[in-house]
Amino acid sequence: MGDLITKLLSISLGAILVNNFILAQFLGICPFMGVSKKMDTALGMGMAVIFVMGLASAVCYPINKFLLVNPALYGDGPNLGFMQTIVYILVIASLVQFVEMFLQKAMPALYSSLGIYLPLITTNCAVLGVVLLNTQNNYSFIESVVYGVTGGIGFLLAIVLFASVRERLEFSECPKAFEGFPIALVTAGLIALAFMGFTGMRIW
Amino acid sequence: MNIKQQFKEGLITQNPVTVQLLGMCSTMAITTMLFNGLGMGVSVLIILTLSNIFISALRKIIPNKIRIACYIVVIATFVTMVDLLLQAFVPALADSLGVFIPLIVVNCIILGRAEAFASKNDIAASAVDGIAQGVGYTIILVVMCVVREFLGSGTVMGGLLELQDGALRFGLGTAAGIRVLPEGIPALGMALPVGGFLMLAAVIAFMQWALAKGEKKKNKEVAK
Repeated sequence: MGDLITKLLSISLGAILVNNFILAQFLGICPFMGVSKKMDTALGMGMAVIFVMGLASAVCYPINKFLLVNPALYGDGPNLGFMQTIVYILVIASLVQFVEMFLQKAMPALYSSLGIYLPLITTNCAVLGVVLLNTQNNYSFIESVVYGVTGGIGFLLAIVLFASVRERLEFSECPKAFEGFPIALVTAGLIALAFMGFTGMRIW
Repeated sequence: MNIKQQFKEGLITQNPVTVQLLGMCSTMAITTMLFNGLGMGVSVLIILTLSNIFISALRKIIPNKIRIACYIVVIATFVTMVDLLLQAFVPALADSLGVFIPLIVVNCIILGRAEAFASKNDIAASAVDGIAQGVGYTIILVVMCVVREFLGSGTVMGGLLELQDGALRFGLGTAAGIRVLPEGIPALGMALPVGGFLMLAAVIAFMQWALAKGEKKKNKEVAK
């Protein structure tokens, strides 16, 4: 039990700080750049990503384990592991659609605050990335879910930090060629530099 | 047919990375040595062209309401094929790109071109569009790789060539590259995530500057 908790803690620490999905692994840059102009939209996007990443990890694990690579179904012969990419992206796309319909009915307030960000999550590479990494790292069910949720928290942390800096960027002067997007990238680079300070942190 | 125009758009005025700002994850993540950038660029070029052709051929059959899901299935199929081919024939590339090969599925360039171009144009034009946009993407990757590799680890042609006993040796993915800067001088930061962000910022800023300059020149000529 103690072992499991230590392992989960080290996975969480890694996903939030050391190997932050955006700032260290470059997953999910498009929404990171696209919806970070305002603080509240960034928060909404971050929340939606935490939710979908956790859910996708939880749903894809049994599908992979019991359908695609189950030794009871395929024996020692070739299995359907090569279908992982296609199956995962379809699961994520339909999951996002279901979540959208469910929220619309059950929690209209949350639905309207997430708004257009939910459908955008389908093409967020952090979501597909976390599922593929779960498979690659051979995580168990609990580890997968924890990695998904904490990865989402790391995303939220990065996008909120970035949005708060970027709100101030609007009013500052910079060289003309760097106006708009490039200066935002430089800012993100500096945040990534700060996050590099966490490299090497470990839980014993 | 205006192939010339399409290539001009793909390479410069509508470049997928620097002007449309798509596909930035892979652009920053894997451009640490030339071999990676070239491999990624060519893989995306092939997948983009094939999926453009296929989606254009199916554009009258695919129902409008579920078109995005259909596009994703087509793209994911080609990505899986390329992934398996790379694992079989160029395992070094599959190792060093890792999770970023399957992630081509959600590379917005491919979905973006399917939605914006292939679903509205005939097969030949879509194929040309795929090649033009793919080449534009590859060029940006190669430029970023060359600069980041030179500044970050002080080598050129990493993963393709190396000097061994005074002779050039070709090694796909195994060669360490030709050392240009002596050890200790290169700034490691350029090879780390920070370098990716800064390098892409510099490339996009250069592109904005160059496009603005071109625009000004054109306006002047018109005024004359």
